[in-house]
Amino acid sequence: MKAVARPRNSPQSETLLLAKQDFQAFLDQLWQGGYRVVGPTIAQQAIVYDEIRRVEDLPRGWTDEQSGGQYRLTRRDDEAWFGFVVGPHSPKRYFFPPQVAVTQADRTSNGWQFSEVPDQEPPYALLGVRACELAAIAVQDRTFINEQYVDPIYRRRRERALIVAVNCTQAASTCFCTSMNTGPRCTQGFDLALTELPDSFTVEVGSERGADVLSSLPVTRAAPGSLLAAEAARQQAVDQITKGLDTKDIRDLLLSNLEHPRWDEVATRCLSCTNCTMVCPTCFCSSVKEVSDLTGDHVQREREWDTCFNWDFSYMNGGIVRNQIRSRYRQWLTHKLASWIDQFGVSGCVGCGRCITWCPVAIDLTEEVAAIRENPA
Amino acid sequence: MSHKPRLAVFKFASCDGCQLSLVALEDELLALAERIDVAYFLEASSRVEPGPYDVALVEGSITTPEDAQRIRQIRRDSRFLVTIGACATAGGIQALRNWADSAEFLRAVYASPEYIHSLATSTPISSHVPVDFELRGCPINKQQLLEVLVSLLGGRRPRTPVHSVCLQCKRRGTVCVTVAQGIPCLGPVTHDGCGAICPSYNRGCYGCYGPCEQPNLESLSDQCQVIGVSRETLVRSLRNSFNGYAPEFRAESDRLAGEEQ
Ligand code: SF4
Ligand code: SF4
Ligand code: SF4
Repeated sequence: MKAVARPRNSPQSETLLLAKQDFQAFLDQLWQGGYRVVGPTIAQQAIVYDEIRRVEDLPRGWTDEQSGGQYRLTRRDDEAWFGFVVGPHSPKRYFFPPQVAVTQADRTSNGWQFSEVPDQEPPYALLGVRACELAAIAVQDRTFINEQYVDPIYRRRRERALIVAVNCTQAASTCFCTSMNTGPRCTQGFDLALTELPDSFTVEVGSERGADVLSSLPVTRAAPGSLLAAEAARQQAVDQITKGLDTKDIRDLLLSNLEHPRWDEVATRCLSCTNCTMVCPTCFCSSVKEVSDLTGDHVQREREWDTCFNWDFSYMNGGIVRNQIRSRYRQWLTHKLASWIDQFGVSGCVGCGRCITWCPVAIDLTEEVAAIRENPA
Repeated sequence: MSHKPRLAVFKFASCDGCQLSLVALEDELLALAERIDVAYFLEASSRVEPGPYDVALVEGSITTPEDAQRIRQIRRDSRFLVTIGACATAGGIQALRNWADSAEFLRAVYASPEYIHSLATSTPISSHVPVDFELRGCPINKQQLLEVLVSLLGGRRPRTPVHSVCLQCKRRGTVCVTVAQGIPCLGPVTHDGCGAICPSYNRGCYGCYGPCEQPNLESLSDQCQVIGVSRETLVRSLRNSFNGYAPEFRAESDRLAGEEQ
């Protein structure tokens, strides 16, 4: 297991303060530095990730209310800029794009000529990344830039990105990062980490790249009062977390209950619609297809997000291996929470709660595990 | 193939929209015409060549006794028979008659219903003859039609996805309209092909591409009722999906209608 090539751990111990009135200058600085700034904004009645050019693009004064199968965008009674939790998008879609061409070939008089499809994306500055998302990025790093197998698209985008994290100051009923030891406090994996106060942000610097971005901005050293206020704001998120997942011996629990009747029961509810895996910030599956033009002289290999819930994803010589919803749900849950540990040394779940909110029939993985734990085979 | 493959396009009970997708392939049409001999396509050309044909595209459902005979002859004349669109693959919107009294419709619509010889049902082509490949949708997606033609020319099976609309909805970054807005959506049980257009315009999926593989309709119905959709509305949404007579949608609307009584 190799960490990302560039140094991430040269944090500046001193916490700084950036006034909200200087935040536009901060955004301008990022764009001028060649970054494409992506952060939270409102679209289709939800807070999603998209380009952020002006502070007005941020969901200031809005929040989200989440529960199983339900998400509602609602007005806050204050003007907080980051007063919400996580939405349907995650940084995954920037490092591991949903649809991308990976290679191409042309038929010439000298036979087939293969060439790369150059990735044109400018470096991203990801703004508003939460602690569970930082953890999810670290999980995906183990998949895409591990020693033996490196995904060049992921690596290029990941290494060039600047990560501006934001500490949560509230939690949703679907959040359980405290059970997974991934949050809500941002502790590593960021270039800068902000905590929102009414008129300013405290800023922790996690890398030299982060420090460079701040160098021309009017940041000051945060006074003890600001530090205390930031600590109190972050504590609110901890206090609001109600959901939990008991992870004790979870690998053995699940793998020794592969014939548990709960799998049949959940299969009556699960639509195998794929939404949970699509929104999960760590799910990494894709499929590739060759697409040729009409003449057959130009062929492109395209990669698309795919998932174990897709009926023909397990197609092999001889047929479909997981030919029932029961076996597909079981595959997902046991991989995520059990065999992922064998494969990568960590859980595949960071406790973000997205799969619970965005499941159209409100299936909650923490309840599924609890049901098996309550009555194991 | 030593000769240019011969293509025929046939129409049964339908609106012509699907065959027009072939004409709508404007950018590829000339290149296609170079590689394919269009032997029979009344919508586009008055040239009519007899069979046999290498590929037949069949649009529309079977609604008259003559059509039920004609499709048999087309099958005999065609090496590879591809049905295109919801009418040909599932019976179409006209299959609503399968739940009603068609004689009564005839009396209501026609001044002299005795001249009309139609069947009491609208059924998909596959209920009458073996079909080699079904291309779904109302209307079909022209890029998928191109994929079917290109793959047949290349001697491989067409590759069209079997997954749910939700998968594509998420890939394109659309926010789920059911979860975020409480709008009922058939996406979780519907075959992709459109590219998840409706949710991107804040509408629920109408089911134009018919049931996906192993759809869990009962669970979706239960959840729709939780968010306040009546059984009656669900029955109507399934039957009006242009694919209402597709076996899985039909079974669920019949189950719900049975519960209602
Ligand atoms: S658990 Fe929910 S989101 Fe996941 S496939 Fe099943 S129904 Fe869809
Ligand atoms: S499994 Fe669910 S809660 Fe865990 S990381 Fe994935 S989406 Fe988040
Ligand atoms: S909007 Fe419809 S198609 Fe899209 S994810 Fe939600 S249920 Fe699926």
